[in-house]
Amino acid sequence: MSDEEDDIILSELDDEELVQQMFDDLYDGLKDEIMEAVNILLERGWAPYRVLTEALVGGMTIVGNDFRDGILFVPEVLLAANAMKGGMSILKPLLAETGAPRMGSMVIGTVKGDIHDIGKNLVAMMMEGAGFEVVDLGINNAVDAYLGAMAEHKPDILGMSALLTTTMPYMKVVIDTMKEQGIRDDYIVLVGGAPLNEEFGKAIGADAYCRDAAVAVETAKKFIARKHNQMAAG
Amino acid sequence: MSRMTIPEPDNLSDANLTAQGLRPAGNGRVLLLACGALAREILALVRLNGWDHMDLACLPAILHNHPEKITDAVRAAVDSHRANYARICVVYADCGTGGLLQAACDEMGVEMVPGPHCYAFFDGLAEFESRGEVTSFYLTDFLSRQFDAFVWRPLGLDRHPQLLEMYFGNYEKLVYLAQTDDPDLTARAEAQAARLGLAFERRFTGYGDLARVLEGWALQGTQGAPATRALQKP
Repeated sequence: MSDEEDDIILSELDDEELVQQMFDDLYDGLKDEIMEAVNILLERGWAPYRVLTEALVGGMTIVGNDFRDGILFVPEVLLAANAMKGGMSILKPLLAETGAPRMGSMVIGTVKGDIHDIGKNLVAMMMEGAGFEVVDLGINNAVDAYLGAMAEHKPDILGMSALLTTTMPYMKVVIDTMKEQGIRDDYIVLVGGAPLNEEFGKAIGADAYCRDAAVAVETAKKFIARKHNQMAAG
Repeated sequence: MSRMTIPEPDNLSDANLTAQGLRPAGNGRVLLLACGALAREILALVRLNGWDHMDLACLPAILHNHPEKITDAVRAAVDSHRANYARICVVYADCGTGGLLQAACDEMGVEMVPGPHCYAFFDGLAEFESRGEVTSFYLTDFLSRQFDAFVWRPLGLDRHPQLLEMYFGNYEKLVYLAQTDDPDLTARAEAQAARLGLAFERRFTGYGDLARVLEGWALQGTQGAPATRALQKP
């Protein structure tokens, strides 16, 4: 960070400048600065949902785009996500209190035999940022864990993640079990993870493969809108 | 795209194998097309067994960190070497390609190593699977030597040590799969486990299933799947 940036007093910036600065600070993974700026915007009367969407999600969208385009790499994305997480920790309780719009709900987890959760955590965070209620089952989930969570939380979406070639076939086990139990079509099933691809997603009977967290959010929104349209038509 | 300068076959420095790979010597009718991380082990087996009919070409070992690029790189290398050999064998396992490398090899009519990755074939495919080690992180001789280039720096841990928990928080143990008896490499691997905050285990594998797979190919000589099969398609 340059000396010039060191001198920036966040509270002295107007709203537009502050949001722009938050984009920069998210990009640089500056968690403390993001938390400070979130509090400033809230003190200025911004609704929590507006802080979330305009400042945090807006900033993370830039990070996501630059990751997709090969300008940013995983370490920088993780730092940005960590900064956003700091902001989210302030906003999350307030969002529930203030009745922020709710896009839908999702149960998400890494499959059995797999302990990798970086991608899954990013998706969960970005889904929350987009207004989804997310139940995160963590890592190493057997089919019963997914089925139990779906029965309990009745989500719109089931998300499954895997990083390993050896564990990704387990997604099919979960989907096949859902079919056997006649509940497959009750849920939108999204899958993701480094070794997956669109063909694999189709082959196992998922609704979509999502390349990254940004794509997961857009895909989820698309399927939710389609679901609402079908309900309205039906 | 500019052409890379490929080192001569006797240039087996890790730096060259990592970034550039290895050009074949031009001897023999069977080409082993391998990951640069396996070059020393393969050449040792070739010398030990007197497989004079087998030549070796390696792709840059750093593709290990970019599995999405492996399939296209193998495909291009098979195409470029096909005319010079009676048969090409691909010394990669799936290596995070999610089945795409196997599909490409099937299409090109070349064989590849079965299994998920080199950790599994060094350990022995059956043994590796039966262990069911979900929370272990693996190193080989090559990766122990090149830990900083393949793990520490690409994950940004040199610049952002606070990311360590995000990357390795779910792991419990570093397993060093040793191809050779080298106290220095063992000490390095143990130190690397400490840096990652993981327990350490050294497991001597020798060349494991790699030796058996190569022996099978060596005994088939030029009679296995021909390198030119794909060219025979209409």
